Amino acid sequence: MEKPRLMDRSSTSGGGGRGARPTAHELARYEALFATRTHGMKSSAMREMMALTERPDVISLAGGLPDTSTFPPELYAELMTDVSHESTARALQYGPTEGMAATTKCIVEVMAAEGTAIDPADVIVTTGGQQVIDLVCKTLIDPGDVIVTEAPTYPGAIPTFSAYEAAVEQIEIDSEGMPIDRLEETLDRLHAEGRRPKFIYTIPNFQNPGGATMSLARRRRLVEVARERELLVLEDNPYGLLRYEGESLPTLYSLDAQAVGREAASDLVIYLGTFSKILSPGLRLGWAVAPRPVLDKLNLGKQGSDLCSSPVTQMFVAAYFHHGGWLHYVETLRDLYRTRRDAMIEALEEHFGDSATWTHPEGGLFIWVTLDERIDTTDLLAQARTNEGVAFVPGRAAYMYAQSGASSMRLNFAGIPEPQIKEGIRRIGKAISEQLGLLGSLTGSPAKAHGPILSARAETDTAPLADVVELPRRDDARERRSQDR
Amino acid sequence: MSARAKVAVLKGGPSLERSVSLRSGAQVQAGLQRLGHDVTGIDVGPGLVGELLDLRPDAVFIALHGRDGEDGTVQSLMEALGLPYTGSGPSACIRCTDKILAKHLMHEAGIPTPDFQALRETSIRDLGAGAAVGAVEARLGFPLVVKPARGGSALGVKFASSSGELPGAMVGAFSYDDDVLLERHVKGRDLAVSLLDGAPPRALPVVEAVPRKEGFYNYEARYQIGMTTFVCPAELPADTTERAQQLAVQVYELLGCHGFARVDLMLEESSGELWVLETNVVPGMTETSLLPQAANAAGLSFDQVLEGVLAGAFDR
Repeated sequence: MEKPRLMDRSSTSGGGGRGARPTAHELARYEALFATRTHGMKSSAMREMMALTERPDVISLAGGLPDTSTFPPELYAELMTDVSHESTARALQYGPTEGMAATTKCIVEVMAAEGTAIDPADVIVTTGGQQVIDLVCKTLIDPGDVIVTEAPTYPGAIPTFSAYEAAVEQIEIDSEGMPIDRLEETLDRLHAEGRRPKFIYTIPNFQNPGGATMSLARRRRLVEVARERELLVLEDNPYGLLRYEGESLPTLYSLDAQAVGREAASDLVIYLGTFSKILSPGLRLGWAVAPRPVLDKLNLGKQGSDLCSSPVTQMFVAAYFHHGGWLHYVETLRDLYRTRRDAMIEALEEHFGDSATWTHPEGGLFIWVTLDERIDTTDLLAQARTNEGVAFVPGRAAYMYAQSGASSMRLNFAGIPEPQIKEGIRRIGKAISEQLGLLGSLTGSPAKAHGPILSARAETDTAPLADVVELPRRDDARERRSQDR
Repeated sequence: MSARAKVAVLKGGPSLERSVSLRSGAQVQAGLQRLGHDVTGIDVGPGLVGELLDLRPDAVFIALHGRDGEDGTVQSLMEALGLPYTGSGPSACIRCTDKILAKHLMHEAGIPTPDFQALRETSIRDLGAGAAVGAVEARLGFPLVVKPARGGSALGVKFASSSGELPGAMVGAFSYDDDVLLERHVKGRDLAVSLLDGAPPRALPVVEAVPRKEGFYNYEARYQIGMTTFVCPAELPADTTERAQQLAVQVYELLGCHGFARVDLMLEESSGELWVLETNVVPGMTETSLLPQAANAAGLSFDQVLEGVLAGAFDR
């Protein structure tokens, strides 16, 4: 690659250039030291805008947050007291890289609740599920290696994939998740191009952000394809237990274990789990269950990253599971989030109406909304944040490259109470109406939403485009903007 | 000016360029401290005036980018408070920040700037201006660059290569501003000339922004460390360099800038002509920003630049 010429002052064309000066260029020195991989790591303008949504007057539907205010403070205090009484010294000490046995026991219990039997020796406890993605990339990806994943995909995985200089192939999902025939076509093409896919990254349940759940037939076929082609699958399942309707489906891990005729050990699926959504993200505890040779490399990678995950929080989890009732708490969360999901869908029907399509997730935390293809949700966010005081994740964050996803958005329904959900959706609806009205004025015709209709939308007489034409906003918006300063 | 001044550095604020401003501000603070000044950084918010009244600084260094910081809002406030401040005054800030106004002024003064048309949101909503867009397309041709009138980041800046893409691009730009600029796209090399005060103003060596990936360029790249490599001094024929610097000085004087500024230009590939795009009244002052790089190439240290800009606060 071409060497940056920042230090080159020998050119005579610049005016003011002087002969002998110290070679160390003060200003270029960091740039010159950065690793090549950082060139792909970017903090986009969009991300900077997201940082600004953390104002108190902004209703944020942007986070990936569960609602931790539902956890009883007395119980938290009691558990912490137990940990300190029984094992202060251990809690304050380093722990084993693979995690503490007491924590792994809890993981076995959670996996069993997902209908998946595992061998505790196949588990590594990690610092959040995010670390699993990082460690798997660290273990498997050389620069240019291909990761095949869904489109859209988990926005938080993208910086990790970029940091390891992976090439990412995204396969557009439908209401049953990743279409496996499309996956096979992609794998064939990659093979023909002489490129090497290393693993398939999928979120089979209530996909973040697309909302879809992979059907059983596709799950089975995905495992077969992985076997046929000797590829690994990273199954990211943070929300499996947060199902609000319908039947649970078997994990890819368990399907693969069955396929090889083993009770509890897949040999091509790396399973990613987390306590973040069923207990607390503040604990920063997740786990991987992986084939032994992969597990050993993950362990080595983790030694280099952080030696071990926090024994304090691991012991907290152990105490919590020992106390009992963890599934009962998950049920409480399910009831709460189901109500909130329904409230958001109701608000979408009222305020977005015909101007958008959206998913109806059977679980998880997110709804994915798609607007008229000419609306760029990054720009919409700028307007909605400034004029209406509301935030969401623009769809582009869920795509690795280019302009894809530009007219979609991700909305979190789990983290905030119903009245705020309704008000937030009303505000976004207002911003959309204004943009559609403007588009209509520019093109002489009202705009329509595009994209697959994944939701059952209400048949309603209140034509939302009717209030698009009349737009009394500007003055009061400007007033508000000047007050904001 | 006394050797040791009490200086408040204004940074951050609620603008879309907050994070760049925080980095600029941090660099400025460190530099002014090295120069022996008594420096206080202020992350601009509702308590700004109170903090300034408590602090009673000798001068205010404005390291804010984007709205408020560059459009004359904070500059007018400093005048109201009677505090000496760095950089351009309110009127130059308004002229430079409003790209449409700046382009009108340059056009009238005979300074080459790409052909353009401005459109206001209310004229589209209330006066049927949508029907006039066709005529604008015909006059300017494609591809077109659509920009919000104010704002220095890549946000809302869009490329339209056909009629079909234009409405969406315009709605995107209107998300940031009530006024939008449609500008003929000049294909070529992306240049910047930074200027420091003097009689006449001193043009620093030309910097060229080179996209890192061949054939890949978007407006986000320009504002991201790592996406673009900056070459300073730009490898240009001597007369092109001279002409770029001359144009920048003319623009600096025309718009009434003070202290420092950065003028962005394009060197058109097909014609070899230089075109002035816009002027930034508060150039970035991060370690990788263009003005510090250009100053360094001219043999001026970052701290020397700061000292000069600070002195300008007392000499308006």
